[in-house]
Order: sequence, then structure tokens, then C-alpha cells
Amino acid sequence: MFKPLSLAGFALAVSASASMAATNITWWHGMAGRNGEVINEVAQKFNAAQSACALTPVSKGTYEEALASGIAAFRSGEQPNILQVFDAGAATIINAPGAVIPAEDLINGAGYKFDREAFIEGVRYFYAAPDGKFVGMPFNSSAPIMYVNTEALEKVGVEAPKTWEEFEAIAPKLKEAGYLPLVQSQLTWQFTENFFSRHNIQFATNNNGYDTVVDTKINMTDPNLVMMFTKLKAWADEGYFGYYGAGWNDNQKLFEDGKAAFWIGSSGSFGGLQKTAQKPFSATFLPYWNSIQGAGTNTFIGGAALFAMSGKPEAENKCTADFFQFLTSPEIQKFYHEATGYVAITTAAYELTKSEGYYKEKPAAEVGIQQLMLPSGEWSKGYRLGFYPQIREIMEREYGRIFAGETTVEEALKTIETEANELLARFAKTAG
Amino acid sequence: MKRVQFSSPYLPYLFIAPQMAIIFVFFYWPSVQAIQSSFYLEDPFGFGSTFVGLSNYSDALGSVQYQSIARFTLLFTVLVTFLSLGIGMLLAVKADAVLKGSSTYKTLLIWVYAIAPPVAGLMGMMFFDQHIGPLVKLAAFFGWDMKVGLNYNDTAIAMIIVSVWKQIPYNFIFILSGLQGIPVSIREAAAIDCRSGMRRFWTMTLPLLAPTAFFLLIINMTYSLFDTFGVIDVMVKDKAANNPITLVYKVYMDGFRGNDLGGSSAQSVILMIVVFVLTIFQFRFIERRVHYN
Repeated sequence: MFKPLSLAGFALAVSASASMAATNITWWHGMAGRNGEVINEVAQKFNAAQSACALTPVSKGTYEEALASGIAAFRSGEQPNILQVFDAGAATIINAPGAVIPAEDLINGAGYKFDREAFIEGVRYFYAAPDGKFVGMPFNSSAPIMYVNTEALEKVGVEAPKTWEEFEAIAPKLKEAGYLPLVQSQLTWQFTENFFSRHNIQFATNNNGYDTVVDTKINMTDPNLVMMFTKLKAWADEGYFGYYGAGWNDNQKLFEDGKAAFWIGSSGSFGGLQKTAQKPFSATFLPYWNSIQGAGTNTFIGGAALFAMSGKPEAENKCTADFFQFLTSPEIQKFYHEATGYVAITTAAYELTKSEGYYKEKPAAEVGIQQLMLPSGEWSKGYRLGFYPQIREIMEREYGRIFAGETTVEEALKTIETEANELLARFAKTAG
Repeated sequence: MKRVQFSSPYLPYLFIAPQMAIIFVFFYWPSVQAIQSSFYLEDPFGFGSTFVGLSNYSDALGSVQYQSIARFTLLFTVLVTFLSLGIGMLLAVKADAVLKGSSTYKTLLIWVYAIAPPVAGLMGMMFFDQHIGPLVKLAAFFGWDMKVGLNYNDTAIAMIIVSVWKQIPYNFIFILSGLQGIPVSIREAAAIDCRSGMRRFWTMTLPLLAPTAFFLLIINMTYSLFDTFGVIDVMVKDKAANNPITLVYKVYMDGFRGNDLGGSSAQSVILMIVVFVLTIFQFRFIERRVHYN
């Protein structure tokens, strides 16, 4: 059975067979398309850089599917060495002590020196234990940023808004010029989780869920959040905002086609957008409400982290540690950052990319990391909530109903809060 | 009838063993496990589970959301079954009457069946795409601002259309062969007795098709309940949001997306009971009225 499907696969097969004596480790991930190819390239680089270990990446479909496969595999003792887990699944895996070896322990145990301070501020807490120990290894980190259709702005003669107040002021002009002023791609991540972070508002009790799972309650009926969604609905009714469902691409398409003036996407969309956007674009920070006191703090990392699954032989764990160490090297970080648009997670990698003049050439690529490096606030560090993928589904359902006119903003947020709190209580029971 | 004799009394058991092994591994064993885990609240990685009695069941049945999904599933099942059977039968009866070029006609109707459900879902999704869907443009021509993926009812209609479209050829094949099994002599006798084709259909053809139709009724119901999963998954693009979904999709979402194994198992047991009751009901009350030769 030797069937080279792609160049990358071919090269991997060769490098794997060339190092028969090497320790094999596997890496399950949830990336597809261009980002999936880049993962293969990273693995190839690792295999070429040393001969003791041979890494095989396996795509398991989407983030959700990767997590589900990883869990199923763990239960039957067939887990991979490395599992990529997305932001919303962080609580599931971190609250299952014994499923993973904390990245920090793994790396220190292999004789390296793990330095938390080497990572940029915004990525330090999300995948870490309450005491600050890194459980997951931040990998593809992104921030929700606003992409700007520069042609539209020039035509209308306005500047990209820093705040939602400024957006409200220019939206009518953009609409008049025939543009749809605003689209977004994920209300849960961009207008809920990061809303709390950007405005420095508490998202959930127990320190946003970081301290304990017991009796954690979500704060979905916060008056500021109610205001945000009331505005979004009003903008949708006026034609300033377009909502095209919970799917990411259905919304992005309007921006790619040059019909929308602003699109809230991910810093990780940059690589793909360079190929698909039909009009020149730039990017800027996610806007915030100037009227909310203390707003303008940084956002927390989205994307995903790598977890070293437990129950593996010592030699394989050593290889996993080697790979994690390899991943954080400035050169690899820079390569991954430039190929995908995901942010560089270490200061050294950021400085390296900067010194080479990459951001002068592509300023939009720097926006994500700059946003993560904005001053942080008490509540800007993200959340850790159990059954969060299901909570997101509830949000998606109710947000959809708001824009379909089937419910009011207050009702919808109340429903989300009630159902989410039930799920959180349920999760506390499973984790307890 | 001649009784078949086996040289050893154990031989027949040996012959059915492979079949039983498959049923055991892929049906009984998972079912027993599902029933078992439906009484527990389990952490996803399997480190510990707490016995919670029937609370997974009461949580599911008591949830407003679950009830509304159940109502949609009922409506969806009835409509898909009725429409795909009805249209399949109409096409088969008409195809049976075609004399010239009948095989071309039949092949064209049958080959849709060769499409895998996710592919059918993908095609359906394209037809109903918000930005480029030709059927959405057609609807707009008649002044209907169709928003599949945004509007609950519009998505429901699109799902039903794609699911029915996918199932028609299957029904068509069976009904057509059922029709061809009706002896020519009976047809001729009926044609002499009665001029109205419509009346002949209701009084002669349909009763003779009853065994086939009954079989198809059960198959179509399970199709609507379970096999439409692929179509739904592709049409909601992995994000159900406020779109209509069926009970089996909910099982998947809670179990495989939400990692709530106990709750998801309870829901699948509920589904199992529904199908069990439905099948018993059909065999007891409907099959009595079906005459097999």
C-alpha cells in the first residue's frame, strides 16, 4: 500500500520510512484546507530537523470532531500522543485530570526549561491551570479582528471605526453608497466571549469559571450585552448589519465579494483571505463601546491548543516534548504565523517577524497580535466553562431567533442564561 | 411442504451464526451499553460516572427544546414518508403505463437513488444556498424571500424537499416491481369491468400493492427518522443554530459535539422505544389489513 496522494503525504511517508528506528508519535488535529497543509509542513520540518522521532499528523475533520475522536480514542486506550483541542473545548479536557500531561510538566520533565514569560500576555492563561501552569500548549492562536474593505472606505471618504459609536456614525453613508456596512462570522466568539473581554466585564462567576466548576453561573443578561445585541438587531433592521446564519463562510462571502465594508473575522482568516478577497483589504482592532467604562482591553486567544495525552510510553512523551519545544522556536512560530495568519505566540517570534519587515509589507497580519497585547483587565482573560460547545449551540440558536424576529433580545439572552446554567450545573456533577 | 432435514441439529445454528454475530456486535451490544449509560452521568474521558437514575430521561423529556424537536421530527417524518411514497407511487404507475422508451424513463428516475445522502444534502444545500442557490432565486421571482439557514420554516421546507427527492427513486423501484407482479389477466379483467383508470387504481391496483406499500411505509419511516441525518447535517452545515433538526441529530449533537454521554444515551433509548412501539403498532394494526397472496 504505497499511494502518494499529495506531495506532503509522499514526503511524510518517505521521512517516516527513512527513520524506521525512530519513535513514532501521532498528532490528531481539526484543521482543513490551507491550514491543514501547513500542519503537514510543520510536521515535515520537525521530522527533517531530527531523527529520533517521527511525527505523523492526522486530520480528524473539524475542531469538534477532533475532540470527539480524541475522547473516544482515549476511552478505548488508543489515544494519539498529541490532540488539538479548540478554545470552547478547553474546559472539557482541562477538567479531566489524568487525561493529559500538563505541557509544562512534560517539557520540564524532558530536560528543557519551560518559560511562561516567553509567551505573549494574551495566551498565558486560557489553557493554563489556576496556578498558571500551562496545561495545553498554545498552538494556533487567533483574535477576532475587523477586516476593512479599503475601496469602500475611500469611495465614501470615511475612516475605519475604532468604536461602535464611530461605526454608527458612518454606517448610513456606507449604506447610501451601496455597501452593506457590517458582517461578522461568529456571534458567540466575537460578540459574546470577546465582548466581555474587550469591555472588561465579568462573563461568569467563580472568576469566569477558572477557579472551580462548582456553582458557576454565566452572566448573559448583563445590560451591556443586552445593549450590544439590541443595537445589532436595530442595525440589521436598518440595513447596517447583515446576518447570514451561524455558518462562518456564508457571512464571510459578502466581504470577499466586496459587498460588505467591514467584516469581523479571525486573525487566522488572513492567509485564506489573501487568496479569496476580490478587493483590497486591511484590518484593524475589534471595535468596542466607548460608552462602557473601562472598555478597550485586550481580547483573549481563540483558536486551539495542543494537549499531550497521558498513558503513553516514556520515549514517546519525550518526543512529544521535543516537538512542543520545536514548535515554540521563533523560526517555526514565524513560519506558521506567516503561512496561516495565526498569531505568533512568543515574544521572540513576534520580534523576529517584525525585524524582518514582514509587517511593513503586510500590516494586516500584525493586528491580531497587537490586539492580544493591548493592556489587559481583570476580566479580559477569557473563560473556562464546562459543556461550552453545547452552550455555544444554545447561543447560536437564540441569536438566530433574534435576527429571524422570533424572539426579543431580552428573552433570548434570558433563555441562554437559564439553559447554560443548567448545563454548567450538569457539568459540575460530571466533573465532581 | 417438504421439511428440510439437517444431518445435525446444530448445523442450522451454525448457518445463522454469522448473521447473529453481526446483529449482536452492531445492535444488541451497543443498545445494552446505551441503556446502561443512560442511567449515569459520566465525564467525557470516562474517569468516573455517577448513577443518576432516570434524571437523564426527565431532563430530556422535560426540556422545552427537546419537545419542540420531537414535534418537528413527527411532522418531518409524516411529511417525508407521505410525500416520497405518494410521488414514488404516482411516478411508478405512470412509468408502468409507458410503452415507448420505458427503460430510459425508468433509469432516469432510478439513478437518483445512487446518490449518497451527504452528496444529496450537498446538492440540496447548493440549490438552496443563500447567495447562489437557483431555487432561492426562483422563490424570489415569486416574491418569496427564502432564507434557508436563517428562517426556521424555510429551512424546514428545504430539508423536506431534499429528503423526499432522495427517497423517491427507492420507492419507485419497489412499487414498479410490485406493479409488474400484478398478473396481466387480472388487469385485463379489471379493464373490462371498469373504464375509469382512477377507480381501477383504488380498487384493484392499490390492494394488490399493499404488501409492497406496507413494507415501504416502515422503510420510509425509519428513513425519515434516521437516514436523513446526512442530509440534515450537510444542510445545517454543522451549526444547527435555530434551524429545525430531528431527534437523531440532537442525539449526535449532545453526545458527539457536547460530550454529554449520559444525556445522549437517554435520548437514543427514547428513540429506540419510539421505533419499537411504532413497529409493533404497524404489525398489529396495519399489517392485518394487508393481504399477502
